[in-house]
Amino acid sequence: MTAGAPVLTLRGASRVYPSGTRALDRLSLSVVAGEFLTLLGPSGCGKTTLLRLIAGLAEPSDGSVEWSPDGGARRLGFVFQEPTLMPWSRVEDNIRLPLMLAAVSPAESAGRVGEAIAHVGLEGFERAYPRELSGGMKMRVSIARALVTDPQILLMDEPFAALDEITRFKLENDLSSLAQRRRLTVLFVTHSVFESVYLGSRVVVLSPRPGRVAADLRVDGPAPRGEAFRTSAAYLDACRQVSALLALAMEGPLTLSLSPSGGEGTTPTPSPSEGRGQG
Amino acid sequence: MASGAVRRRDRVLAPALVGLAALAAWEAVVRMEGIPPYILPGPILVARTVFADWGTLFPSLLVTLAITGAAFLVAAVLGLVLAVVFTQSTFIERSFFPYAVILQVTPIVAIAPLVILWVKWIPLALLICAWLVAFFPVLSNTVLGLTSSDKNLVDLFRLYGATRWQAFRYLRLPSALPYFLGGLKISGGLALVGAVVAEFVAGTGGAQSGLAFRILEAGYTLQIPRMFAALFLISAAGVLIFALLTGLSRLLLRRWHESELEPAD
Repeated sequence: MTAGAPVLTLRGASRVYPSGTRALDRLSLSVVAGEFLTLLGPSGCGKTTLLRLIAGLAEPSDGSVEWSPDGGARRLGFVFQEPTLMPWSRVEDNIRLPLMLAAVSPAESAGRVGEAIAHVGLEGFERAYPRELSGGMKMRVSIARALVTDPQILLMDEPFAALDEITRFKLENDLSSLAQRRRLTVLFVTHSVFESVYLGSRVVVLSPRPGRVAADLRVDGPAPRGEAFRTSAAYLDACRQVSALLALAMEGPLTLSLSPSGGEGTTPTPSPSEGRGQG
Repeated sequence: MASGAVRRRDRVLAPALVGLAALAAWEAVVRMEGIPPYILPGPILVARTVFADWGTLFPSLLVTLAITGAAFLVAAVLGLVLAVVFTQSTFIERSFFPYAVILQVTPIVAIAPLVILWVKWIPLALLICAWLVAFFPVLSNTVLGLTSSDKNLVDLFRLYGATRWQAFRYLRLPSALPYFLGGLKISGGLALVGAVVAEFVAGTGGAQSGLAFRILEAGYTLQIPRMFAALFLISAAGVLIFALLTGLSRLLLRRWHESELEPAD
């Protein structure tokens, strides 16, 4: 697991908006196949910008986003903060969208849509319209749509931020076991310390704007996660540790000058638990 | 369930009661004050005139409705097509939109004589006038709809490599549908107004005369009850057009759009 091949590598990626605002500053990060990487940072630290760079929705002002293996069609899954469903389409048609846009044959897409629906537990709601679903169920549709292309990497931008806690816990558990079952590579952006530790096999803490990697640590815990982990000492320890690292990152440029993130993708603040593997 | 039935009943009953009360008051004033019919006919007399003059009024109603319908269809199709063209490039939109606005803000009463002067075939002249009034709401609403797709969905389509055509067909067009239908609702009534105004200006008689001409004619000959009867038919036609378009909108949007959802009990 620790020796997994990187799926994508950011090298010194920066993003400066036309207004002059620097959202990301020479950020270097590798995402390894099969890992669940949570990206934790304060609001406005460029997390969303980072996902957009990876998704190809924006170009880095400087630096690069490299994929391996290079070339070929990249299969991405993207889950936004909002469910972002087409209100005029039924659940199954919303999930089929990426396949339809790629002109996949109806017979093949029917099978894959059915599989994705089963994975997120939406059987029986295929013919429903988004407005007939609760917030949590809409998010499940959004996740199923992202899974239907069998993505190399699943990008998630604070997908559960708008949900109530009970629904969020349930979705976190389901996502964790889904990632385990399908060996997904996930890059999950959040501003919740608890969520980052609960879901992530690896947590990367970003500094406030302009975003840089301030800390990078592994989380030991069962895979997939279960409710027992939520109350375990290991979980609470990790939360404490990540909170401390986040607080340190929030202190500003001092932390950054102590750990200059050069151009070659090293992580600036190796954590005490680095290298322990992910259990 | 019960409250839904009550709500439906109120929706019909409340305005019907207001209408009946107004009509009763009107009839009462006419009778008690002894107002002669050539000044103000009572509603009962107007209703009787509608039936008595049906042979004259109904063909005229059909003429007006034919022009209204044709103008509305052209406005709907052309408004939609122009909106699609406008939203293909900001250059096109910037170049042409101001002229669409100018056409809209110039009063139809002022343009109608010119149109009637230039276009010899009167029904076509009337159609052009009605179309001029009716097409702008479709155009501006549809332009708005085509440019207000959910930004995240736009990104999603880009992410999955949607072609320009796919993004148009599967995202921008359905997003614009509620706006387009809203434009149609306004347009339907305006097409009728445009047709009637143009008929007034043209003042044509003979077999091809619409309801506006019947009103003019009745005015000249002091047949005021017939004037009211024609007026009533125009209003009734307008209400019918609005009801039909509202029904169409409900049919197309009821499954998904906020505007057509039944309020939660």
